[in-house]
Amino acid sequence: MTALDSLPPWLMALVAFFLVLGSTLTLLGAFGLFHLKSFYDRIHAPTLGTSWGTAGILLASLLTWSWVQDRVFVHELVIGLCVMLTTPVTLMFLGRAALHRDRADGRGTVPASNAKKQAADSTD
Amino acid sequence: MNTVLWLALTWAQIALAVAACLSAYRIAVGPRAQDRVLGLDALYVATMLLFIVTGMRLDTPFLFEAALVIAIGGFVGTVSLAKFLLRGEVIE
Amino acid sequence: MTRILPHPLLSVALVLMWLMLTRFSLGHLVLGSVISILAGLALARIEPKAPRIRSWAPLLRLVAIVSVDIVRSNWAVAWLMLTNGRHGGRTSAFVIIPLRLHDPVALALLAIILTATPGTAWLEYDREAGTLLLHVFDMIDEEDWRVLIRDRYEALLLEAFA
Repeated sequence: MTALDSLPPWLMALVAFFLVLGSTLTLLGAFGLFHLKSFYDRIHAPTLGTSWGTAGILLASLLTWSWVQDRVFVHELVIGLCVMLTTPVTLMFLGRAALHRDRADGRGTVPASNAKKQAADSTD
Repeated sequence: MNTVLWLALTWAQIALAVAACLSAYRIAVGPRAQDRVLGLDALYVATMLLFIVTGMRLDTPFLFEAALVIAIGGFVGTVSLAKFLLRGEVIE
Repeated sequence: MTRILPHPLLSVALVLMWLMLTRFSLGHLVLGSVISILAGLALARIEPKAPRIRSWAPLLRLVAIVSVDIVRSNWAVAWLMLTNGRHGGRTSAFVIIPLRLHDPVALALLAIILTATPGTAWLEYDREAGTLLLHVFDMIDEEDWRVLIRDRYEALLLEAFA
């Protein structure tokens, strides 16, 4: 007898739906990361996992624990907020790092820095 | 446990494990350093979600704390790696 | 007031998070308050200017719009992954977007919105030229993206931040 057994059927269905949605989106994101050809395409792939992938699993967990423990379980909200706010920072840094490295190597596929006057006093 | 929920939990665990493996492939293969860091970012998110799903299955809320630590630690790790990629070569 | 609480929004958010992560009790309320006030003071040393929000209504509308957009673009990108980019018909591209926003907090919010929405990635903001380099996963028309960002997100952010 686990906590999950005590859920009413409609809630079980909802939890199952969110679990499948979240994990499938994360899997699709990772699959994109695996098979897309260029870095700038791949940078889009993990956002599937960090937006609705995370939201789906967290909603499933939130519903389950709130029902079982009989109070709103908010750890999920904190984790969700944390992921939501931190992923953009990581991806922006990575995007800038990739641009910087590609420009330094002289790879022709990235647009040049659009302010030429900045080249002299390069502000990262 | 209800069959539908059992199937959903199993599917979620398998899908997240496969997602973690695919991200690990990207870390191993690259080809460039930014791809590896991107792989690390995807890996920690998949692992964190796997912890939460496993916590639901094992009926323990304690894996949440672990998930929260992974979320914060993964963020700090990937940001500092990205920052290194951005700065490390400026100095060179 | 502003000397003890230079960043009121941050401090309130921290207290709320503290209470969420622990069980609510008077002791935790006091402890959380002390920590959040100290954190606010510490941040004031690094970043003295607290964000000035002129009105909350556009921000609430923005949250609603963005939630819908995240669901829609999740679906769109997941579908592109499943069909292998419409069987090879998908092209991605860089777009340069001129921005009217200058407030750092508003720009940060725009960056979070654009990055959290699958399909667009914020790459580089040029402060002097006021332009943003964006990478779009499924590029159909460049002008569409400029109009979308200007009218859908930027207008609301301009309204919210003085």
